[in-house]
Amino acid sequence: MNVLFRDLYNTLIEFLRTFGAFQLFALRIIRHSPSMLLSRFDLVVAQVFNSGALSLVIIMVSGLFVGAVLGLQAYSNLSLFNAEDWTGVAAAFGLVKELGPVITALLFAGRAGTALTSEIGLMKATDQLSAMEMMAVNPVRRVLVPRFLGGFIAMPLLAAIFSMVGMFGAHLVGVELFGVDVGSFWQQIQLTVEMSDINEGILKSIVFGAVASLIAVWEGYNAMPTAEGVGRATTRSVVITAIAVLVFDFMITAAMI
Amino acid sequence: MRQTRSVEIGTGLFVLLGMGAMFFLTTQTTGGDDFRADSVYVVEARFENVGSLRTRAPVTMSGVTIGRVTNVAFDPQTLEAVVEFVIDSRYDSIPDDTDASILTSGILGSQYVGLQAGGSETYLEDGSQIMFTQSAIVLENLIGKFLVNAGSDDSE
Repeated sequence: MNVLFRDLYNTLIEFLRTFGAFQLFALRIIRHSPSMLLSRFDLVVAQVFNSGALSLVIIMVSGLFVGAVLGLQAYSNLSLFNAEDWTGVAAAFGLVKELGPVITALLFAGRAGTALTSEIGLMKATDQLSAMEMMAVNPVRRVLVPRFLGGFIAMPLLAAIFSMVGMFGAHLVGVELFGVDVGSFWQQIQLTVEMSDINEGILKSIVFGAVASLIAVWEGYNAMPTAEGVGRATTRSVVITAIAVLVFDFMITAAMI
Repeated sequence: MRQTRSVEIGTGLFVLLGMGAMFFLTTQTTGGDDFRADSVYVVEARFENVGSLRTRAPVTMSGVTIGRVTNVAFDPQTLEAVVEFVIDSRYDSIPDDTDASILTSGILGSQYVGLQAGGSETYLEDGSQIMFTQSAIVLENLIGKFLVNAGSDDSE
């Protein structure tokens, strides 16, 4: 019994330690962010390219199909009530408020987050980070902060692109395939969707961007410096990001309603 | 150097595309407020039943939005709903015997206040009250009446 309590206690303390270390790590990253943005903008741009521009294809293709599926589902159910004109509204709300930010964040974790984690983990495993410290270069500032900022900047833009392409997909299904009147399709959207809905989506994507990039960078930085450790860190980065994004999504939605 | 150049071009394109998407979402999917006015005046109307009228609902005349509902309250003295709305000051020659009714846009649409011009020579001004009002049509009441009528028809 004592052993059980001791194990439980140790696990709890270890969890608290990791959690606290993560918060301090986040503060450290955020503290260095403004100066890095001003002094080494080129590094940030390169990371926006890596995290954002290179994720475009997967984001756009997924967005198109998610929008098309939403249109399909909305149409087939709404046509039961002769309310086909609302197909666009259903798709727009689904995309702008929920699926746009959430699916983008999950795809982002899979496409860009893993790349960040394994890159940083491998840098650590091959002692590149220690070498930087030797040269009096702060690896947190030089390596981690630009990668965090890159993801942070790219995520809201990716989510917006996802939603836009998704609307196009819904349009294709609703208007081109099922023949909903194009005027009422878009007019109904414009009448129903409000600026606050868009803002909710943008707020979510900003939070998810920060969360996903922070976790990816943190996992890479704390990876065990072995081949196995980097692999594990990459897996953990995706798993934790997915959970964190969904939990945050619930909390933001609950707060905004 | 070519490497950085293409990275920069790619990033630029990506950011532009993202901004374009945000612009699209904010302008094309939201109707926003189709009512904007520099100065407004407040008018009040009392209804027996406002249905599901909410603040920010449009106030229209001949189908054109000329104002917006700013407050829906209940008056415990008269047991009526008090709807307060603002009208763009440009429209300052609306007769004061105009009647206000609560209408629904489409069968599933939201409710709005529709004004029907009267013939008076004096005009609505800040703080005036609309005399003639028509309550919202509540679907349940309508169905209830219909059922009662249908029942009495059968018995005769």
